[in-house]
Amino acid sequence: MNTVGDLIKELELEVMAGDQEAMDKAVTGVYIGDLLSWVMSRIETGNIWVTIQTHVNVVAVALLGEASCIIIPEGAEIEQDTIVKAEEEGIPLLRSKLSAYELAVRMEACGIKK
Amino acid sequence: MKDIRLEYEVIKDDFIKAGEASSKIKKVLKRLGVDPSVIRRVAIATYEAEMNIVIHSEGGNIEVVVDPERIQVIAKDQGPGIEDVHLAMREGYSTAPHRVRELGFGAGMGLPNIKRCSDEFSIESIVGSFTEVKIIIYQISKQSAQ
Repeated sequence: MNTVGDLIKELELEVMAGDQEAMDKAVTGVYIGDLLSWVMSRIETGNIWVTIQTHVNVVAVALLGEASCIIIPEGAEIEQDTIVKAEEEGIPLLRSKLSAYELAVRMEACGIKK
Repeated sequence: MKDIRLEYEVIKDDFIKAGEASSKIKKVLKRLGVDPSVIRRVAIATYEAEMNIVIHSEGGNIEVVVDPERIQVIAKDQGPGIEDVHLAMREGYSTAPHRVRELGFGAGMGLPNIKRCSDEFSIESIVGSFTEVKIIIYQISKQSAQ
């Protein structure tokens, strides 16, 4: 596994936003967190970011933190503004029915480390 | 190289546009070929400063001056000012309202995060008037990233 596209297939993620170019982004690891300041100062370039926050500012945080994609767990409702913004900025916005913990376990099994 | 000066207005309570100034600053620094670790520190600092203005102030602006040696960021708002700056600098201390915390902001990490990213940091605040945060990040690292 090394791209967002691979991740989508492996974890059967629902694609809410993101073009083909964005799907080719390399995945370097994963960061799970909802406190935006915390995420900003800890997330690393290319990380998958799992968060239950769905308001539009998550796109800015993902961009500034250079996340490869955002995954919203537990099938949470995503605000329309956020989907539009993610599309504009080319950040893949993905959704899963799994919880953050279940996603982490599945990603670990796919070879994605911290 | 001539100094490059960027200025962005930040509007009170505008959570839709929040983060845009920081994103624009980051894009310019990338185009200028600034070192990625320096860009990261500027990005975190400007984002936190931008969110502080959105959440806590009456609005303000962020000015960035880039020269070959250093990047200077000045975030200045139009009040209401901070009563106890020493307390505001303490990690985990926050005056953010509940509705803001629900969005994942207001964890009391903004100012400490800005300071951590800076080589030089200063804050001046006058209650009823303004708060100004000024930071400098050297392009030629005088301090390891974080």
